[in-house]
Amino acid sequence: MAKSAVQEFTKGLWAEIPPFRLVLGLCPVLAVTKGVETGIFMGIATTFVLVCSNVIVSLLRKVIPKGVRIACFIVVIATFVTVAELLMQAFAYSVFMKLGIFMPLIVVNCIILGRAEALASKKGVGVSFADGLGMGIGFTLSLFALASIREIIGNGTFYEIPVFGESFQPFTFMIEAPGAFVSLGLMLCIMNLLGKK
Amino acid sequence: MGDLILLSVSSIFVNNILLMQYLGNCPFLGVSKKMETAVGMAMAVVFVLVMAGVFTWVVNTYLLKPFEVEFLRTVAFILVIASLVQFVEMFLKKSIPALYAGLGIFLPLITTNCAVMGVALILNKEEYDFIHALVASTAYAIGFGLALVLFAGVRERILLARVPKPLQDTAIGLVMAGMMSLAFFAFKGMA
Repeated sequence: MAKSAVQEFTKGLWAEIPPFRLVLGLCPVLAVTKGVETGIFMGIATTFVLVCSNVIVSLLRKVIPKGVRIACFIVVIATFVTVAELLMQAFAYSVFMKLGIFMPLIVVNCIILGRAEALASKKGVGVSFADGLGMGIGFTLSLFALASIREIIGNGTFYEIPVFGESFQPFTFMIEAPGAFVSLGLMLCIMNLLGKK
Repeated sequence: MGDLILLSVSSIFVNNILLMQYLGNCPFLGVSKKMETAVGMAMAVVFVLVMAGVFTWVVNTYLLKPFEVEFLRTVAFILVIASLVQFVEMFLKKSIPALYAGLGIFLPLITTNCAVMGVALILNKEEYDFIHALVASTAYAIGFGLALVLFAGVRERILLARVPKPLQDTAIGLVMAGMMSLAFFAFKGMA
């Protein structure tokens, strides 16, 4: 039991790290990685929702009828998204404003529903918790990596602190929409090169 | 009238929901490998998106706002969209079986399509009146369909090209989406 929980946790960090291995939940990945700050906060919020929804779905897995399970999962997820939204509004208002509509959009992030359906609705609470935490941290790391690359090249800053000298001309392409697609594509390519292991 | 035309042009091209606002990318990459499935998905989304835009607007204006329960927005919107999709599916199955056969498998997927929820949230954020909400959601839906079908065309061609192994499939798809996004970026100069 303990061993399988550890496995579930670590696979989210590398072997099945979202969104590079599991190509799910791309919309927030593209949209919030303009800057490191929004990327990290989005990752934390998603992790919170993922862990909570995994635990609740796993606890209720014997109560939820098969036919309406997707609707039930969505209600659970939406509840935690609202909780996360209100918490962020209270404690990190400036980031909340920057994230805009992508905060409530966590509810349709395919990763969360995907984990609820594929794992939490079948396994016990401990395993589901480990899986949610692992996937969430993996997702946060991916967002952080992509956001760092985009912010450093596209804006010449890291966490809004300039890293290059004054003469640096920012490559604005990277923080606009086209750069988001291209950089994510290249990241996927690098992950494929590195192999699964 | 003029502002409605401006709104629709800007929603279709300048603020294209797929390529400029990054919404609805999962189906964009998932179903664009074949032209047929792309057209099916595009039609299903157009259908549901317009209806969802109108319904969520009504729910927001006549239920959430008067009773001051706007914090329930996320839950309410997702429930409206999920039940709408279910309803559309049942309706099509009963009355228009030909269309159901075409759209059938794409309909359940739409519930978790960020584009539908995203448009509902944008309409809510911009505080449009009913006519503007209707026009904007129709235009966003057309923009989604347009981008998806165009992209499927590009992707069918790439099957014939020799792509380096690590770049194959989704990776090259994303790079191409970036190129298309660059093309749509040019519309920004118009507005």
